[in-house]
Amino acid sequence: MSARAETATVGAARGAGRSRQLAEAIFRFRELGIVLALGLVVGVTTIHNSNFLSSTSIQQLLSGAAIIAMLAIGETIVIITRNVDLSIGSILGISAYAVGVTFENHPHIWIPFVFLIGLAIGVACGIVNGAITTIARVPSLVVTLGTLYVIRGIDARWAGGHQVGAASLPNSFTNIGYGTFLGIPYLGYAAIVAVAIATYAMRTFRTSRDFYAIGSNPDAARLAGIPVDRRLFLAFVLSGGIAGVAGAFWLSLYGSVDAIAGQGYEFQVIAAVVVGGVAIFGGSGTVLGAALGALLLNTIDSALVVLNVSSSWSSAIAGALLLGAIALDRLVSVRIAPALRTGTRRSTRG
Amino acid sequence: MSGAAATEPLLVLEHATKSFGAVHALEDGFIELYPGEVHGLVGENGAGKSTLVKILAGVHRPDTGRLLIDGTEAIFDNAKQSQHAGIAIIFQEPTLFPDLSVAENIFIGSQPLKAGHRIDHRKMRRDTAELFDRLGVRMDPDRPARGLSIADQQLVEIAKALTADARVIVMDEPTAALTISEVARLFGITRTLRDHGAAVLFVSHRLEEIFDLCQRVTVMRDGRHVLTKPIEELTTASIIRAMVGRDMDALFPKENAERGGPVLRVERLTREGVFTDVSFDVHAGEIVALAGLVGAGRSEVARAIFGIDKADAGAVSVHGRRLRNGSPTGAMRAGVGLVPEDRRQQGLIMDLSIQGNIALASLGRVQKAGLIPFGAERRFASDWVTRLQLKYGKLTNPAWTLSGGNQQKVVLAKWLARRPTVLIVDEPTRGIDVGTKAEVHRLLSDLAGQGVAVLMISSELPEVLGMADRIIVLFEGRITGEFARGQVDEDGIMRAATGTLEEQAA
Repeated sequence: MSARAETATVGAARGAGRSRQLAEAIFRFRELGIVLALGLVVGVTTIHNSNFLSSTSIQQLLSGAAIIAMLAIGETIVIITRNVDLSIGSILGISAYAVGVTFENHPHIWIPFVFLIGLAIGVACGIVNGAITTIARVPSLVVTLGTLYVIRGIDARWAGGHQVGAASLPNSFTNIGYGTFLGIPYLGYAAIVAVAIATYAMRTFRTSRDFYAIGSNPDAARLAGIPVDRRLFLAFVLSGGIAGVAGAFWLSLYGSVDAIAGQGYEFQVIAAVVVGGVAIFGGSGTVLGAALGALLLNTIDSALVVLNVSSSWSSAIAGALLLGAIALDRLVSVRIAPALRTGTRRSTRG
Repeated sequence: MSGAAATEPLLVLEHATKSFGAVHALEDGFIELYPGEVHGLVGENGAGKSTLVKILAGVHRPDTGRLLIDGTEAIFDNAKQSQHAGIAIIFQEPTLFPDLSVAENIFIGSQPLKAGHRIDHRKMRRDTAELFDRLGVRMDPDRPARGLSIADQQLVEIAKALTADARVIVMDEPTAALTISEVARLFGITRTLRDHGAAVLFVSHRLEEIFDLCQRVTVMRDGRHVLTKPIEELTTASIIRAMVGRDMDALFPKENAERGGPVLRVERLTREGVFTDVSFDVHAGEIVALAGLVGAGRSEVARAIFGIDKADAGAVSVHGRRLRNGSPTGAMRAGVGLVPEDRRQQGLIMDLSIQGNIALASLGRVQKAGLIPFGAERRFASDWVTRLQLKYGKLTNPAWTLSGGNQQKVVLAKWLARRPTVLIVDEPTRGIDVGTKAEVHRLLSDLAGQGVAVLMISSELPEVLGMADRIIVLFEGRITGEFARGQVDEDGIMRAATGTLEEQAA
């Protein structure tokens, strides 16, 4: 796809020689690559079917991507600390159901309040994840795999076979999911604002730099006096809280909820995060990249529908893209390593 | 120079004890640091130096004992509190964040802030550049720490200590992986820090460095404080005596062995960009040292001989039979053993038992029908641990429970068990205490006596001069000198190792 352009960027960076430009290029090149890939997918699909960019399909695409992008913010923070949160799909599901049930029982409830309910449920789940991971020192992969099933189980037990239908939801609420401004759905704006805030915060605050430090070298983080456990706890609470709020947004978009809402979202989100250039072993990556990854994967999904490719192919293609992204990362880091070493030698001799 | 000590100590740790389960790592720790001194801390591995350093770092909390800073009692529960007390630690293995920029590494946790608790990236960059100026270093503050040489990583750590305005700087074996010029630079910086009134605690195995740099020395043995004296009152012999509790006269006891025919023959071996046209023989009963600066390509030659890296040209043969290029299995079958430089990463499986590690390279002899019979590893290993006088708890304990010197013995045992005809040892005594060092030397000497061809890579010139029958010096991947025992002194080797020998000859 955009491999050629990406190689060119790397080549240019290496030619420039300075390690700083190099480092910046690595970050930029990933996001640039996704944007290029995105343009390519949209372009090719539009040529085949000019309706692809018609307002309804774009809106659906952006709304779906917005939910994944929001979840990706929290997941990115967790993965940057060299952990993983597999429970976000279940958290989204139980939060969406809780919001739906709230509307059934209190049809005239103040809308922002249901988002607070979602937030509270998500934070509670995040507290459980964070507490078990940091206090019992169990790897988060196992902890959140456990809570994935536990939360989903509670959700299923609570919901039974019940479904909250669109009729129970006030229009002012579903309007959040359906409404648009200048052709872009409200959810898209919400995601853009959230990603912008998170991107800024991840660069700007000591706490967020601690996340990177912990993921880059956990032992060194302890020696440097970083309160590692507190930071990890916070990362899980953030991830859970975001997933809880995303549950409310999810319900506003889809209009009905039962016990299987959000099932499998965790893997879509992790795929988006990795495609977006966040290192799966922590330490590097950006929220912006992860959000772009979400947008790219969702666009490919929609494009395949428009191109009349069987839906079973779309997951295979998403998977192949994931592998390609990882392979590309390896390639780049292998290529970059000697350049960084030369940079060192130069500086020692100075 | 402010060599004279001030009247009030900056830091005192007394009667400190620390146990890990049944192991008494520290039984009576004592250290007293004055502003404006470089204080040497020496002792064998397992003497409790690292534990003491980690107590100062706030990593370990002492079970008993007192820590006084400026005369007031302090207790550190974590690294942050130690930092706040003005203590900076430069650990043996640098502890940087490879993904973060050099500037972020220096300021992590104490980044300069502007309004709203936001990090002032510009000021951070500027401050970093200023620090590097002060240290006389040229390094880009924005480059990631990944890929920095160990020397540069240590400079980043020192810069970190400077930002914290640390009054006590602890350096735990900072020179273990440095070249001579890098050590000189580090010493220069250390003296500057001292002259500005900092107290530097300098932990090292290299006594010549202690004499070069320190005003006072503390010796520890078996977790206890043995002595603290001004350097003028000490000699190498008296320090070693205090460290091991007995006299050590023969540090490098290579005995003359009968020199047999050539066993290992390296012909015009080349790996592009790493080393070029390297040829030499090692005879049976001979120890040949490969000397040179770090980065001269010594370890890389060893790796190519053993087949870990593929050579681009040239040949290696053992007893006249050519080894397949790039095949460690082939090299092992031909009777070559390699004791690598980095025993933690490459020499041992740290979580595997002692016996498992020893039997690891000989599983073919231990196995029966593809299975390892119960107790077979133990029987196999127990013979070797007695022969090498290993100090251990149980053979089933993981390898990380051993001290550095004893870990090295396990690596040696693993290869000796295969009865090698050629043994390559890379920095066999790095980070090993004096007593164990002598044992390793005696072992290598014995092996040569039994007709093994030994190729030894070492950065310690006394070791090279004392142990080797022949010395081959590499400089930037080429052989720049070859000397027989007694034909050369430290100066001659250094001239060859820095490439100045050839220039003089030309």
